[in-house]
Amino acid sequence: MSTDILLDVQNVTRRFGGLVANSDVSVEVRRGEILGLIGPNGAGKSTLFNLIAGAFPPNEGSIRFEGQDIARLSGPARCRLGIARTFQVPRSFDSMSVLDNVMVGAFAKEPGSAAARRVAYETLAFCGLQQRAPAPAGELTPPEKRRLEVARALATKPKLLLLDEVMTGLTPSEARLGVELVRKVRDQGVTVVMVEHVMEIVMPLVDRAVVLNLGKVLAEGKPRDVVRDDAVITAYLGERHRAA
Amino acid sequence: MTDEALNLPPAFGMLPRRRNQLLVAAAVFAAIAVSPFAIKDVYLQNVLVLTLLYAAVSQSWNILGGYCGQISLGHALYFGIGAYATSVLFVTYGIVPWGGMLVGGILSAAIALLLGYPCFRLKGHYFSIATIVIAEIGLLLVHNWDFVGGALGIQWPFGSDSWATLQFARDKVPYIHLALALLAITWFVTFLIEGSRWGYWWRAVKDNPEAAESLGVEIFHSKMAAAAVSAFFTAIGGAFYASFLAYIDPESVMSFRFSLLFALPAVLGGIGTLWGPVVGAAILIPLTEITRSYLGGSGSGIDLIIYGGLIMLVALAKPEGILSLFQGKRQKAEGRS
Amino acid sequence: MTTQALLQVLASGLLMGLIYALIAVGLSLIFGLMDVVNFAHGEFLMTAMYVVFGLFLFTALDPVLFAPVAAAVLFCVGALAYLGIVRFAMRAKANQGMVQIFATFGLATLLQGAAQYFLTPDYRSIGNSWLGGKTLDLGGVFLPWPQMFGGLVSIAAFGGLYLLMSRTDFGKALEATREDQGAVALVGIDRNRVFALGWGLGAALVGLAGAVLAIFYYIHPQVGATFGLIAYVTVALGGFGSVFGALVAGVIVGLVEALTAAFLPPAMKSLGIFALYLGVVFIRPSGLFGKL
Repeated sequence: MSTDILLDVQNVTRRFGGLVANSDVSVEVRRGEILGLIGPNGAGKSTLFNLIAGAFPPNEGSIRFEGQDIARLSGPARCRLGIARTFQVPRSFDSMSVLDNVMVGAFAKEPGSAAARRVAYETLAFCGLQQRAPAPAGELTPPEKRRLEVARALATKPKLLLLDEVMTGLTPSEARLGVELVRKVRDQGVTVVMVEHVMEIVMPLVDRAVVLNLGKVLAEGKPRDVVRDDAVITAYLGERHRAA
Repeated sequence: MTDEALNLPPAFGMLPRRRNQLLVAAAVFAAIAVSPFAIKDVYLQNVLVLTLLYAAVSQSWNILGGYCGQISLGHALYFGIGAYATSVLFVTYGIVPWGGMLVGGILSAAIALLLGYPCFRLKGHYFSIATIVIAEIGLLLVHNWDFVGGALGIQWPFGSDSWATLQFARDKVPYIHLALALLAITWFVTFLIEGSRWGYWWRAVKDNPEAAESLGVEIFHSKMAAAAVSAFFTAIGGAFYASFLAYIDPESVMSFRFSLLFALPAVLGGIGTLWGPVVGAAILIPLTEITRSYLGGSGSGIDLIIYGGLIMLVALAKPEGILSLFQGKRQKAEGRS
Repeated sequence: MTTQALLQVLASGLLMGLIYALIAVGLSLIFGLMDVVNFAHGEFLMTAMYVVFGLFLFTALDPVLFAPVAAAVLFCVGALAYLGIVRFAMRAKANQGMVQIFATFGLATLLQGAAQYFLTPDYRSIGNSWLGGKTLDLGGVFLPWPQMFGGLVSIAAFGGLYLLMSRTDFGKALEATREDQGAVALVGIDRNRVFALGWGLGAALVGLAGAVLAIFYYIHPQVGATFGLIAYVTVALGGFGSVFGALVAGVIVGLVEALTAAFLPPAMKSLGIFALYLGVVFIRPSGLFGKL
């Protein structure tokens, strides 16, 4: 059982000043799955996401990736181990072309530029952006920028891909394409953890869901079971239903 | 998938765009190399030497400021280190300037690394002002350091023209070729870096450091590497300048004016581009020299008025640099094809 | 060094420091408002000094009277610099910081050139002000009246600035704009107007500083460069955008400079300030009171 755990977050606590953003959170990510990280605003999703990506270290607890404790490793070091991420607000390199953006990612594993360019082209084609390769990244449309984020992260040849609200703000048809892409990524053998707000899109896509609320894990399991969980309904769905 | 299905350009071997750049560079530098046959006027030859020198040093500045996005306004320090190392080693110890050049370059790179350690924690204007302050401290120290001539500076001894001592009193043409070689080397090094992993990393650091980190880029190391390369070639420029003037004092190689003069051509021509510093220097330096000598000499102020006006004009009318005039067209053409 | 001499050094340093604070605060104000460093700030100072000198020549009135005139003239210079130059520099899509640096540096060079061309590079000074040459004897510590006047003007200006920022509608608009440029447009504040007035105010403050400096300091086209550098260091030391930081840092800079000059050769008097600046930002990368 233990061998198919790719990422093991154990009893992690993270405080910002007096605010406890994550309190004693434990999450296991299995190799090859798509895990959804959901919860209402302020639940601590982004904090957990950033702890795994290495934006800041936890105050307590351990984060193990393939058995190695990475809690104190820098972002770049985690990237080399095989963890890649996207940003909620796309952060493209706007003075560079789309291809060059993806090449930066490819250089993480390929020191030579010819090889990196090849990887970048392949990744762009995989993400359906090859037509835009020579365009300046600043000129992409918002959905294209999301794809570029994913392509750039994939070019680092990750084992674990962290997606931060990649579906937010997309039209339903754009979101369907996005879902397709995430499935394709998983079929390549990449494990995916996605933070998502839009339940309707996430639930059919993910294998398992972890629901956070007020910095703690509220529920965990198959999407079908999670949606029926009473605590989840009051904390999250209830609120949403009222809003709708 | 096959290469064709991916619409891959010939990935092995050089990209057409880069090959063209090399060809253009070869043509431009060859034309400058033979130009002394046409330009016999000593004054114009002088202007040419200065233009080539500023293009080379501005290209060096561009490595750190343009590609890596760390706006240094203290490169006069490295220029001064190159000039002083060469002059002291030659005048006091009799070591030929070629040696001093190398020593100055290595010393500058080492100092850049030492200073980078605390400075690269600073962001934006705090970084720029720290570089000004450090260069000013250097200037103060040299002013008060008798071993390197203090405020009086160092006079190179008169000798016969020689490639060993880099002294050519009668004929300026060797200086043209030396400055050209310096420019060609810095240009070529920048060209190589631009196409390599470091070049991509530096631009990523400039555009968005957080995203760069998530893609495995070590930001601090990237900045340090850029600073060392940039300082090395700036110092070589200073060494050349010292041998060209055969006399240096603190103000003539290390004043704040120089720090701006190294950044300006790159900014005017196009910051973070291969040809920006060259185009910028080719416009700025002749203009400065000509206004200075034909409009009443320096001190009247008219040269400063034109100079300042021009800088403002370019900054406002064409903020991406003069080079962007051409690039806009090219990108449109590529987009259509 | 005797206690007497030390007190003398500290008192002179304090007075000069207050003037440095007055020079720097306009720069800090403009930065806080819109993240732009005005590299022509020193040349604004020079302009104010020449304004006072010119008025003194033509009217033969006492230069002390011209401080408000200098402030008013510089208010216009600042507002025009924004409307005519900086406004356009802010439209740059790439390398905005760089473009602003060089647009304002171009303006600085132009002003310097114009001063040289029209007013000659000569060093000028205002010989006879009724403050000139007089000193106040405080138990053996001698304070020159022109510097005392400068220090008092600076304190008054900071007091006025405080009232302006906290009590008036303009001050509130300024504060709102520096916090959220997008949101103020929604509540009907014209961003451009606030920026232009902010530049005017920043320049008027340095105009005031130039006016008091003109009474006891040499006036020449390069005078801006000397004080400009001190102003940048002061602002960065206090923290970009912080008015209070500019005051504290100005006084510290004045004191450290006076102490350095007392112990090291005169040529090295800036060394203390520079070392202090580096020491502070290496420990606190955004200055003493900076938020950045």
